[in-house]
Amino acid sequence: MAKKEKSDTKKELQEFGRDIVKQIDKGKNPEIEFALRNLSNIVFDKKTGTLKLGDKKGSRTFFNVAHAKKFLQTVEVASVIKKELLDSGKHEHLRGVFYMTKRTIPGTNVNVVDEQSESDHALEDLEVITGLSREQLHVSANKMGSMVGNVILVDSGDTIECSKLGRGGYSIPSITDELTFKKVNAKYVLYMEKASTFERLVEDKFWLKNNALLVTSQGQTTRGIRRLLQRLSEEKKLPIYVLTDFDCWGLYIYSVIRYGSIALAHASERLTIPGVKFLGITADDVLKYGLKKHLIKLNDQDLARIKQVSEYEWFKDNKDWQRQLKMMKEFNGKVEIQALTARGISFISDTYLPEKIRKKEFLD
Amino acid sequence: MKTKAEELAELQREISVSEFFEKNRHLLGFDNPIRALGTTVRELVDNSLDATEEMRILPEVNVEIKQLSETRFDVIVVDNGPGVVKEQIPYVFAKLLYGSKFGVNKQSRGIQGIGVSASVLYGQLTTGKAAKIISKIGKNKPAHYYELKIDINKNEPVIVKDQIVDFRQDHGTKVEIELEGKYQKGKQSVDEYLKQVAIANPHVEIIYINPLKEKIVFKRAVEKLPKESKKIKPHPYGVEIGVLMRMLALSKAKTLSGFLSNEFSRVSSKLAKDICQKANIKPDIKPKLVTHDETERLIKAIKETKISSPSLDCLSPIGEKAIIEGLKKEIKGDFYTAITRRPSVYRGFPFQVEVGLIFGGELSGDELIRMIRLANKVPLQYQQSACAITKSIINISWRNYGLSQSKGALPEGAVLLMVHIASVWVPFTSEAKEAIAHYPEIIKQIKLALQDIGRRLGGYIRKTVRAKEQKERASLFERYIPEVASSLSVLSGEKKNKIEEQLKKILKKSLKEILQDIPDGDKTDIKKEDSKKLEKEKQATLV
Repeated sequence: MAKKEKSDTKKELQEFGRDIVKQIDKGKNPEIEFALRNLSNIVFDKKTGTLKLGDKKGSRTFFNVAHAKKFLQTVEVASVIKKELLDSGKHEHLRGVFYMTKRTIPGTNVNVVDEQSESDHALEDLEVITGLSREQLHVSANKMGSMVGNVILVDSGDTIECSKLGRGGYSIPSITDELTFKKVNAKYVLYMEKASTFERLVEDKFWLKNNALLVTSQGQTTRGIRRLLQRLSEEKKLPIYVLTDFDCWGLYIYSVIRYGSIALAHASERLTIPGVKFLGITADDVLKYGLKKHLIKLNDQDLARIKQVSEYEWFKDNKDWQRQLKMMKEFNGKVEIQALTARGISFISDTYLPEKIRKKEFLD
Repeated sequence: MKTKAEELAELQREISVSEFFEKNRHLLGFDNPIRALGTTVRELVDNSLDATEEMRILPEVNVEIKQLSETRFDVIVVDNGPGVVKEQIPYVFAKLLYGSKFGVNKQSRGIQGIGVSASVLYGQLTTGKAAKIISKIGKNKPAHYYELKIDINKNEPVIVKDQIVDFRQDHGTKVEIELEGKYQKGKQSVDEYLKQVAIANPHVEIIYINPLKEKIVFKRAVEKLPKESKKIKPHPYGVEIGVLMRMLALSKAKTLSGFLSNEFSRVSSKLAKDICQKANIKPDIKPKLVTHDETERLIKAIKETKISSPSLDCLSPIGEKAIIEGLKKEIKGDFYTAITRRPSVYRGFPFQVEVGLIFGGELSGDELIRMIRLANKVPLQYQQSACAITKSIINISWRNYGLSQSKGALPEGAVLLMVHIASVWVPFTSEAKEAIAHYPEIIKQIKLALQDIGRRLGGYIRKTVRAKEQKERASLFERYIPEVASSLSVLSGEKKNKIEEQLKKILKKSLKEILQDIPDGDKTDIKKEDSKKLEKEKQATLV
């Protein structure tokens, strides 16, 4: 989906409202139709290699005891965004949207929304209904990521050199659509799950020595970072390497970046990166670098998750991944990135990463 | 020189009933000034109603309580009953245990009290004043006025005044008793007693002036007298040894088998002979000659013999329709219902249970339910917790019927429950006659009646709650409309008013349809299983 301008966004919301008003004018019980967002309607598109929403449609009518409140929440969130954010050009956090919609309906003890999950949900609905992304709707989430490397970008008029921001690096905003890349000298992007690994690499000047762009998001990959990585991949043609723990949660972090997630399947096109490579830690690394003695025993949750992941349509026929999962089960253990420090504090910067990248030991 | 025994014999004398009363007034409902006033009103009113009904005319009773000083009251009750013949007036009002109802197997109110003469005696003992009676038995008959006291030692009437006066009605009785008492309002007050009488006897009109000079009229709601109760002979199963011995001693029958078949119901001469045979007594023996031992054998033989139930048509229930009328006229409610169960038998005595119920209206919902207990249409105001009726109510799980209830307690809710036991012989737990005894058969009948009425209550509550919910839903839509309209106006740029009006029209048009929609869950809702999975994945992927 091409990026839409602000005026398009507003127009889109206006269309949404007008469509409902038209139904009302005809004396019909107003209905909002949209693609279902549950697992049963998630399709793995083999052609693009991404998760997408299927054809199943759900509808929400206003004059229905079970739907009325959600209907109200959806139009309320839409109107708040139009009036408070788009018209003024400001951005607001999901939490703020919650407070903007939270109020008691006069004459009742009913609140439009009681919890943030309700306004979040309404917003996701709105994305699916209008085809507009949360970012286009000027709504942000927590920012939880940093970036260090030879990149110069412009953020809201400020020029930022990501190599000159000390150990903390550039704090990646929640919405990355509006950043412009002024100069990108890095050869590749190394995205890692662990902030502590990021700090290790920054202290070792790994990015300088290897001309890499280091990105972390402290665990889960936010939409902002996924979008940023996609843009670096597509616009700047940088290879993207992912470094996570050797466990199925780490593997899933890669999976989300590569194929998309179930919850955000409707936004896959804007977020997924088909060319992304998994760098490690792999089962082979465990053997090669003698990490077996640092294995952490799998618990029931891990085992259940392994089964779940191995059955995903996009992993089912992937021999490499099935082998990794099989070995994980055979080890009956998982390994953290930090286990590499057992080989020396800078083993990861001096040996592991350069070797893996040089030998192109990737999975995809 | 007299022996000690002779001395003692001189001191011993017959204690008269009146003297006994003086020393044991608590047994008869005169234990404190509040109850004394209540018992006096109750004795007089019960008497009036019994007498009037016996004459088969609709009762009209005037009750007035005048406060003469802080502790002294004048109770005046006037009825339109048959009156009392001149010769009997002194005995009816000034001799204890004198009356037509004593020992008769018939449903009536009066058998509960010791009689109006107890009140006369109480008044005399506390004030020294004579009771004043006027009685007239027919249109062209004179009205007799008596002032009466009781000779406490002899239990005989003392006539203080006897004259003919004007009495402005064709027939009836007026009784005036001055006594020490105390008047109060509340649950156990005279006011409440009369109100309950009015509820249980909707064919009665009561005009009441209380000591505060407030005139309260309990209007007649039913122009028909209840079915007349009939005298029946006692059933052998209910007879106790003392009673049987007395009956044997007083009997005029020539043979024992004749006595059994004549004095008891459901005993044929063949059955009488069977009983005698079982007891190993000659059937042709004179009843007077039956010994104590033989009487005991007789009782045992009766218990071992199969005797059919007594006839059940002797009872006079209030009736379902009259119960509802009675409740309606005195207490505002949203829902009324009543049940009159089929008569049943305990220990040879026919009895019948009736239950009436009110829900909502003026009744408050956040306290224990209100309860009216009745025995032969007479309200029971004391000893609530000892009563089989209370126990039966507590033992039912009212939660099943939409009320809240703590364990071992009466239920809570906007409910008034009236339970009536009609019987030729209502079993009380004690002489105070304020609580029904716990006979399994009686408890069973009460329970069945309560469950039945409970189901009706539950049905009503469910229905009204549902209606209320629907109304709330409809109003919820009404409240949502301005919100949705204003959001849509912001989005589309159309006028809010226009959208709002149009939505209101749609709601009005299809309200019925909308409310019938059983909420089957949001179609867009994710199935439970899926949503769990999704939740997990969200945690793993999303912020």
